[in-house]
Amino acid sequence: MGLSMADQQVQNSLLGGFRVLDLTDEKGFLCGKTLADLGADVIKVEKPGGDQARNIGPFYKDIPNREKSLYWFACNLNKRSITLDMETADGHEIFKTLINTADFVIESFDPGYMDELGLGYSELEKINPRVIMTSITPFGQTGPYKDHKASDMILWSMGGVQYSTGEPDFPPLQMSLPQSYFHGGLHAAMGSMMAHYHRQRTGEGQHVDVSIQQAVMLTLMIAAEVWELYGQALKDMAVILPARGGAFRIIPRISSPLKTRMIWPCKDGYIIWSLAVSGGSAGNIASSRALINMMDRNGMAGRLKDYDWAKMDTLTITQEEADDIESIVGKFFLAVAKAEILKEAVKTKVFIAPVFTVKDICEYPHLEARGFWADVAHPELEDIITYPGAFVTIDEAPWKVYHRPPLIGEHNPDIYGKELGFLKDRMVLLKQANVI
Amino acid sequence: MKKANQALNGIKVVELAYAGVGPQITRELAEHGATVVRIESHRAPDPLRMMSPFKNFESGLNRSAFGACYNTQKYSISIDLNMTKGPAIAKQLVLWADVFLDGMTPGTTTKWGLDHESISAIKPDIIYAGTSQLGRTGPDSAFSGWGYLLMAMSGFTNITGRPERTPLNVVASYTDYIAPWYMVIALLGALDYRNRTGRGMVINQSQLESSLQFLSPALLDYNVNGRVMSRNANRHPYAAPHGVFPCRSSETSTEQWVAIAVFSDEEWQAFCRVIDKPGWIEDPKFAGVLGRKENEEELEELIAKWTEELPAEQIMSMMQNAGVAAGMVQSPEDLFNDPQVKHRNHFRPLEHQVIGRHSYNAPAYKLSKTPCDISKPGPCLGEDNEFVFKEILNMTDDDIEEFLVAGVITTEMDAPTAPSVF
Repeated sequence: MGLSMADQQVQNSLLGGFRVLDLTDEKGFLCGKTLADLGADVIKVEKPGGDQARNIGPFYKDIPNREKSLYWFACNLNKRSITLDMETADGHEIFKTLINTADFVIESFDPGYMDELGLGYSELEKINPRVIMTSITPFGQTGPYKDHKASDMILWSMGGVQYSTGEPDFPPLQMSLPQSYFHGGLHAAMGSMMAHYHRQRTGEGQHVDVSIQQAVMLTLMIAAEVWELYGQALKDMAVILPARGGAFRIIPRISSPLKTRMIWPCKDGYIIWSLAVSGGSAGNIASSRALINMMDRNGMAGRLKDYDWAKMDTLTITQEEADDIESIVGKFFLAVAKAEILKEAVKTKVFIAPVFTVKDICEYPHLEARGFWADVAHPELEDIITYPGAFVTIDEAPWKVYHRPPLIGEHNPDIYGKELGFLKDRMVLLKQANVI
Repeated sequence: MKKANQALNGIKVVELAYAGVGPQITRELAEHGATVVRIESHRAPDPLRMMSPFKNFESGLNRSAFGACYNTQKYSISIDLNMTKGPAIAKQLVLWADVFLDGMTPGTTTKWGLDHESISAIKPDIIYAGTSQLGRTGPDSAFSGWGYLLMAMSGFTNITGRPERTPLNVVASYTDYIAPWYMVIALLGALDYRNRTGRGMVINQSQLESSLQFLSPALLDYNVNGRVMSRNANRHPYAAPHGVFPCRSSETSTEQWVAIAVFSDEEWQAFCRVIDKPGWIEDPKFAGVLGRKENEEELEELIAKWTEELPAEQIMSMMQNAGVAAGMVQSPEDLFNDPQVKHRNHFRPLEHQVIGRHSYNAPAYKLSKTPCDISKPGPCLGEDNEFVFKEILNMTDDDIEEFLVAGVITTEMDAPTAPSVF
């Protein structure tokens, strides 16, 4: 009772009252989306006619239309939209005016583009010393590859993930839903927030320079550390790591690498379980015992019934013994369904999980019970679309849908009319001149 | 430690977490100036400490780079929370801290009185951050796994691979490299909010729900169109060629690959000139994107015949000079030699007292006025007991002696733990 959605956005959120001018393309969408989810007033600044990325599919009911890109919807929920061509003289001036109202400017143009427009950080800082400018590019603002052309897959490759993903007899693989740009956007949001905290304490803004390649490298877990500590020794033995093992994981050992299966077919799809996480620590041992108990209840434990998992050591186990254990376990997996496996994992802490499809996720009762999903009305489509909800839950500042993803230039009247006080005839002129 | 002008100078954090997610959250804070105390124990060490790679291939609590790499700039203390006086020390740290990070499986910290209700009771303006795989509520909240399992449950495994083969994981525990950053973002907002309002808060993370943000277009596609996204190797919906091609390798034991992505007709024409196939520009089979998509398999085979004669780096340069997007499929060794990665100073070496000199990954962003800075490698277990107990908790030598004798401060493992290899 009382507070309008706009008031709630300002008062009951971590970034309420802070404004973000979001100039990014798909390389940086997730940055603004993340800040918008925390309540910031994120204004997507689109070229007249709309973001090029509105052409990225999939589309609502497979109708290819700039107002129907589900990719764009997913990345721009909770933002507002204005249209503006900063390359025109008037657009340039309007943007400078908006800088005075902004706490963050995020952009993903080629390095140097904003400087050429006279809108680089050194200029923005003069207009508004508090402003934080975040630049998201494939390789960063400076350096030998700064002007290299990239795509999501190329950054997955240059960042080192592609190398070890895939089947040994086929080329290295990306994910079918490309991920590099999301990593870039998320790290950009983190850098922006780090700068935000400093600005709030000191009044000083700064420039945040994000490399998507590095963001991808930060998903490598310990590939770099393994290379540094083990790489040369293993290379001398003609062992290349991390190997592209397909459904298997090749584990580096000084004796000989160990090949263990990660992805297993089960009754209704696939599950994931690894022998490499079966001995050693107390948790691993408990997990293995619980799995064997489950197998035993189904009369399928075989000779593993009394196996001593405390003595199982992945550094010394022979390939033969590993294969033997895996053959017994693998037979059992073929007889169980994904849901049974998950139930056991929750109940007895077996380190095992189903390989969920998108459908499995959307139908997963746990997510439903937690109220994860958000139904968002799209009046223009006369439909309601279900979106993924909060990335974390915050008791002081619950996540909300403030706006469905905006239509192209939907908020021109709010920003140019109400805020900047442009009269109607001026708006009409600017529209015809393709400035807004 | 060095104290440069850093964004989070003065912020105090207590971490009770293990494995991938929790420690990376506080590392990000520590590298930007926060003081982070990590509560550990020899009786229940962080499993990463016993995971390879180890110094000289020999396992040991302080010998693993995996155990060290998520803990730069932090202080490690070793206390046993299962002994009566253990939680009392932790609570003293809570009184000192701005942020308490609970990365244990839901319910674990209740028995120590370190759950968010108990903590908020003794320190009302604390920012309590809890992170777990499936969140604190819901029927499956007790699920206690690892990131490689959550990768499968988050749907990423099922969309990695070839259409005719099984789904695949990436080598890393993928969701462990999405979830931490969402929590850091929330914590930074919470710290500023607390400065403005005086109010602490409870932030809870389901690592699954954080990770699903990266799947959102596919989730919408299912919810709206009923389409279940599957595996499509390296194919792109509207670009061709778009793939990874074999290259000449100078070493017989290593493979080299180059990634090439052609989006426009203009790039296609430039590509044809680079590989010296000007005839393809006019060839109706390949001239437009419709033809290239239709004949993609044939096109890929033809391209591979050209790429396999040349080293990947040379192909990357030739393509880039012509304005075509291309990049090497870089191995870890390649990453260390990458001039751009060097330029960004991504691998930062530090001298670890047991492991020796080894590298720590840098953040993906550079802050122009308050850069991150590291000087302290991932600590040995309990390395900072004296500093934390004396300088932060003002304990006397006698207090410390008493805790040592009682075994509240731990100094060694009760029984040897076998290493795990992941």
